[in-house]
Amino acid sequence: MRATMTPQELADRFVQKFGTRVSNVQVKERCEGVKKLPQKTVWMTVSREDINDAVAELISIDYPHLGVIAASDNGDMIDLLYHLQVFFGGKHEEICVVFTIQVPKSDPHVPTISGLIPGAVYSEREKQDMIGVTVDGIPDSRRIFLPDDFPENVYPWRKDEKGIPPSMVRELWKVDRPTDRAVPTVAEPEPVEKKEPEPAKEAPSGGAAE
Amino acid sequence: MSQKKAPYELPIGPIHPALKEPINFTFQMNGEVVEKVNFSPGRAHRGIEWMGMRRNPVQILHLCDRICGICGVAHALVFAQAVEQIADIEVPDRAYYVRTIIAEFERIQSHILWAGVAAHELGFDTLFYLAWQIREESVDVIEYITGNRVNYGIMMLGGTRRDITVDMFPRLEQALQYYEGLLEKMVNLFLNDKTIAMRCKNTGILTKRRALELATVGPTSRASGLAMDVRIDSPYAAYGDLDFDIVLPDVYGSDGTGDVYDRIIVRIFEVKQSIDIIRQCMKQMPEGPVLAEEKYAKLLMNLKKASGEAFARVEAPRGEDMHYVRMNGKQEAPEMWKVKASTYSNQMAWVEILQGEQIADIPIIVASIDPCMSCTDRVAVVSTDGDAGIMTKEHLHRLSVEKTRRLQA
Repeated sequence: MRATMTPQELADRFVQKFGTRVSNVQVKERCEGVKKLPQKTVWMTVSREDINDAVAELISIDYPHLGVIAASDNGDMIDLLYHLQVFFGGKHEEICVVFTIQVPKSDPHVPTISGLIPGAVYSEREKQDMIGVTVDGIPDSRRIFLPDDFPENVYPWRKDEKGIPPSMVRELWKVDRPTDRAVPTVAEPEPVEKKEPEPAKEAPSGGAAE
Repeated sequence: MSQKKAPYELPIGPIHPALKEPINFTFQMNGEVVEKVNFSPGRAHRGIEWMGMRRNPVQILHLCDRICGICGVAHALVFAQAVEQIADIEVPDRAYYVRTIIAEFERIQSHILWAGVAAHELGFDTLFYLAWQIREESVDVIEYITGNRVNYGIMMLGGTRRDITVDMFPRLEQALQYYEGLLEKMVNLFLNDKTIAMRCKNTGILTKRRALELATVGPTSRASGLAMDVRIDSPYAAYGDLDFDIVLPDVYGSDGTGDVYDRIIVRIFEVKQSIDIIRQCMKQMPEGPVLAEEKYAKLLMNLKKASGEAFARVEAPRGEDMHYVRMNGKQEAPEMWKVKASTYSNQMAWVEILQGEQIADIPIIVASIDPCMSCTDRVAVVSTDGDAGIMTKEHLHRLSVEKTRRLQA
């Protein structure tokens, strides 16, 4: 059994270690079911230079599972949210840790965390595609979800001029039936010969058919 | 296929209309052996998140039903949980149980569907027909509860749209008994079969360490001995009230090497676990309403005012499913909505588990993490001089079947 700690202890450890480099530390609980057992989460904001240190600190506590890196366009900034879980496997002991980092749009770069968690590449590639944050040091920088012929400098999750322009959106409800098509020729149906109904060999034995 | 010089490239994919996740594989082959694997997903990116950010949460909920044909309830459930956190909606206790029951029936149908696909990929089509035949029962029960076989439309923000009443329990119990009676047969057919063992043991191995590092989820990680199950780790819905444990391959005496065989064990025994969970739910179900707010107009008003961010996670049949939602209180549509489906997390494992395996093993290994399988529909073998030969899914499938026959001989 791995040693576990409470969400508050985990939050305190980060505050102690990083001091003012972490901010906005919040411990939240969500309870569901009749017994109201808590889902424990710790949210904190770290600077982008510290993201690898923060993940390394989490690894020193317990090797985390990376859920996903979410991103949100926040006006001048892009928020990247690293959703990590520790202490899974024990009964109801898991703590979800969310590191939020803010990246200015004028300099959209973040360091990769794939050196610490190899599985992060997938999510980091997606962030490059979708919100236009360049991940420095990423081992594989190809596009992942967007097609190869997708225009450069357009990012679907952006809410500014780099987002999807209206010209790229097809208003399907406006699309009517095509009127410029040739009318398809319809073959005359061949006359069907009428067969004499064969006399039933046996009367159906009642039930559903009737 | 005229050129024989190694290594040659073997692209698989990318598209098939039946797929929710078409994917393009490129294998570097040396003879029969896979040397290097590469894949590129996103061939049918529908921009669902983009669409969601232009709709109100109730509309998104019904969009969630349509993210995946199999995990219809998982996405809607997890989105509802995230929004309920932001808007502070108190879900009635009974709704948690209705959600749990329907989610577990979904797990049964998903796992048995997968078992059928696995049997088909190995060339056991009788077993495939049997598995899909018995899957019908769970789909029938889902239809009995929700009215639909797919796209259930049962979730609502703040509860569920339909109740499961006491007079429906006998039908549910009938289905559970049906599966209980078949379970021994399924274990016997899948796990005691000499040929399945030969094909699946020590094939597509994912070690515990790599399962953790590659951030895999669900049965894929559990088969590698990694104890991880959102239902137990961070209990949601009624799971915190129930008594059950994480299924690891040691339930059937395997030491958890993380091969395809272990993934079969985990899924089959999770069907057994689901039966037990549904029984517990029916026994403990509290009385009361199933929906917090009946009036949609009022619900939408409250949602429009809600602001904040939250994420929620559920254990979908294929593994952890996670949604992140941010709302700003100014507009109906959420400011941000991020969907992370289970296969998203598991795909990285393919690169690991396919390396060093044979062409004939590709179908079963790719299927073993339970993605959408029809990716292998069209395979083109391109040799370096540009002379392309098309390898159909049937051909690839035949290679797999032939290998089974060879082993049986």
